[in-house]
Amino acid sequence: MNVLLLVIPIALALGTLGLFAFLWALRSGQYDDIEGAEYRVLHDD
Amino acid sequence: MCCTDMALAYVEAHAAWSEANTKPSLARDYATFLSRAADGTARAAFAVEGVRCAGCMNAIERGLADLPGIGGARLNFSDRRLTVTWKPEAEADIGAVLAALDALGFKAQPFAPGRLSDAEAAESQRLIRALAVAGFASMNVMLLAISVWAGNVSDMTPENRDLFHWIQAVIALPAAAYAGRPFYEGAFRGLRAGRVTMDFPITLGVVLTLVMSVVESLSGAAHAYFDGAVMLLFFLLIGRVLDQTMRRRTRAFAENLAALRSESATLVDAAGTLRDVPAAELRAGARILVRPGERVPADGVVEHGASDLDQSLVTGETAAVTVRGGDRVFAGALNGNGALTVRVTAAAGASLLDEVEGLMQRALEARSRALVLADTATRLYVPLVHTAAALTLAGWLAAGAGWHAALLDAVAVLIVTCPCALGLAIPAVQVVAAGALFREGVLLNDGTALERFAEIDTVVFDKTGTLTLPLPTLAEGPPDDGALMQAARLALSSRHPMAAALAPAASGADPFPGAQEAAGLGVRAHIDGVELRLGSARFCEAEAQAEAALAANPDASVICFRAGNDTPVAFVVRQALRPDAVEVVASLRQAGRRVMILSGDRPSAVEAVARRLGVTEWEAGLTPPDKIGRIEALQREGRRVLMVGDGLNDAPALAAAHASLSPVTASHVSQAAADALFLGRDLAPVLAVLAAGRRARRLMVQNLWFSAAYNVVAVPLAAAGLLTPLIAALAMSGSSLVVTLNALRARAMTPCVLPGAADVSTGPNLVPQRVGGGT
Repeated sequence: MNVLLLVIPIALALGTLGLFAFLWALRSGQYDDIEGAEYRVLHDD
Repeated sequence: MCCTDMALAYVEAHAAWSEANTKPSLARDYATFLSRAADGTARAAFAVEGVRCAGCMNAIERGLADLPGIGGARLNFSDRRLTVTWKPEAEADIGAVLAALDALGFKAQPFAPGRLSDAEAAESQRLIRALAVAGFASMNVMLLAISVWAGNVSDMTPENRDLFHWIQAVIALPAAAYAGRPFYEGAFRGLRAGRVTMDFPITLGVVLTLVMSVVESLSGAAHAYFDGAVMLLFFLLIGRVLDQTMRRRTRAFAENLAALRSESATLVDAAGTLRDVPAAELRAGARILVRPGERVPADGVVEHGASDLDQSLVTGETAAVTVRGGDRVFAGALNGNGALTVRVTAAAGASLLDEVEGLMQRALEARSRALVLADTATRLYVPLVHTAAALTLAGWLAAGAGWHAALLDAVAVLIVTCPCALGLAIPAVQVVAAGALFREGVLLNDGTALERFAEIDTVVFDKTGTLTLPLPTLAEGPPDDGALMQAARLALSSRHPMAAALAPAASGADPFPGAQEAAGLGVRAHIDGVELRLGSARFCEAEAQAEAALAANPDASVICFRAGNDTPVAFVVRQALRPDAVEVVASLRQAGRRVMILSGDRPSAVEAVARRLGVTEWEAGLTPPDKIGRIEALQREGRRVLMVGDGLNDAPALAAAHASLSPVTASHVSQAAADALFLGRDLAPVLAVLAAGRRARRLMVQNLWFSAAYNVVAVPLAAAGLLTPLIAALAMSGSSLVVTLNALRARAMTPCVLPGAADVSTGPNLVPQRVGGGT
């Protein structure tokens, strides 16, 4: 069962990574304009 | 007469006569709308009207990027706000941006977001962060918890189980400490104020669950409930975030509408120069110029000039009132035909009648004492749950179980009853119903209003601006079509509201070149040697025709036209009924509701409207205290009154009524007092709101009963000591899911299409009808 000591930290680390990615996205304003984002994709600039 | 007064006299004459004042070209002082970042870059926010698609967004952002000095322009499509930043070295020119937007075909106004909305934005960010943390924790804890549940029925060693419990604790404890803060703080605030709010049982449940789980893990027990605690927080935070999002979105649109009405005032300083400033900056003692066709921006006393004021937004009276030097004028009155210089007596924000404010305060207090469903549920729920837990403890002790087992079961009761479903039952319905109403063009100010809309049995309408459209229109086809065409073209050069009623009949024709507006009289132009005149009966020497027209239409006003020495024509102008008013009133009566009209206007005008609508109960010439009195009398009889009104004089009545509704053209005070605002020309939103209220209330009650039924099953199970973490998790998520799915049914709004009515649904994109001239 020693593998648990390896696998569980890996799982948690990945989860934490996801959490911080979300918090970063939130802070950098990527959720400020959810409706606009779907149109912005279409801009060719 | 000192030099300042001479300057003023010149200014007034100029403002009244010049054709140029149909498009005021004064340099506005926009400094207050600019904010500067640390590196010196200036930025400003704009509310933009008419953005509908990706193309609009693209056009605006690209169009502005080409302007000199602009660092960047970004349009937020969700709340229709544009943020423009300038390069550090560039001069920030808001006027240029507005001109560029105008050229692109968008109406915009600079916008200073209030401190309130900053605080709201911070709060919703905090809630979303808490939600993210709770979501992360509940997923990872659940992963480990399921391993334990599986291990408990197979071959997991106790050492591994303890390890898993401790890992859960390491994740769940800090996460709960962070994500639960909105609830802990709410519970503390409530307790300090001597109230037990819904936050209290949530806090108690979460804290006890965590403490018990740690104790159980210490003693190497088979069950720990970390997953239950964080899942509970996750579900409850979803409810909070939804609630907050709904409120912010409604507020953002209400703020945009306010900004687009461009509350500005023309300030006259000591040297006689004119400056446009935001109305919010007016101070008592300032001297302002009110040009023909503008709204009076603040309460004051007339210093110079004479004009006819349309006070319908203030008093409900449609007949024009003549004011001259020394008379009081009130914010919201529409200036007719002459320029006025006004000394401000009350600054903006304080610019309403003290009487109205006092009455409204009193009425609002009375309403806030009314108990809403959520309060009733909390009052029943909290003592019941805590009694059940105490009884479980006492029962097990009496039955001879040890302290450990008895406490464990008592805590289990608290966990399983934790108000997961209850916490979502009402906000989820409110959010879904508010979203559905939003698509129909109704902005809900207050989520609890839905329940109150459901109980309405009496609908009281104000007349002016509510049953009728806020702006006057041409009443009936005049005898001579050619005269109408000429009069309409002449009307294009005037800012008078009566002339504005004729202007649409010009159907695209250009105004006459060289048309001049004469203060207090009308407009004239010389075409092919013939003098055309449009204005008062005296101006056109049409007293006889005007009198005849007025005798036939006692509730209307006339505007006269004369070409050279021909026989003058009198056009009848009145505030037309909203297009579907007759149908809406009929279907309200059909549904068994009592319909009344309470108006501040004169009896002849009110009677004409009441007769056309088939309303038998009407009263005219009422003051604000009269209106409150009538509504309170109705409520004492046990009627539940919906007040629909728009004027400053309606604001106290709106606050006093059980529920209230205002058109979006209403005065500020009324908008603040109303539970909901509706957009557009139709009156059908009144029906939509009542239907939505009934539907929402039914769903809320269903949800509350479901939560109660769930507890009836779960509590005995927990009290008997049969609750495993698996059952707790299933019960919690299952009940939350059922309640949320049920709430989604509030989306399927029954569309209230009226026979013969125009398109009822008006999206949130709909532009507000402009009130009067403004800038």
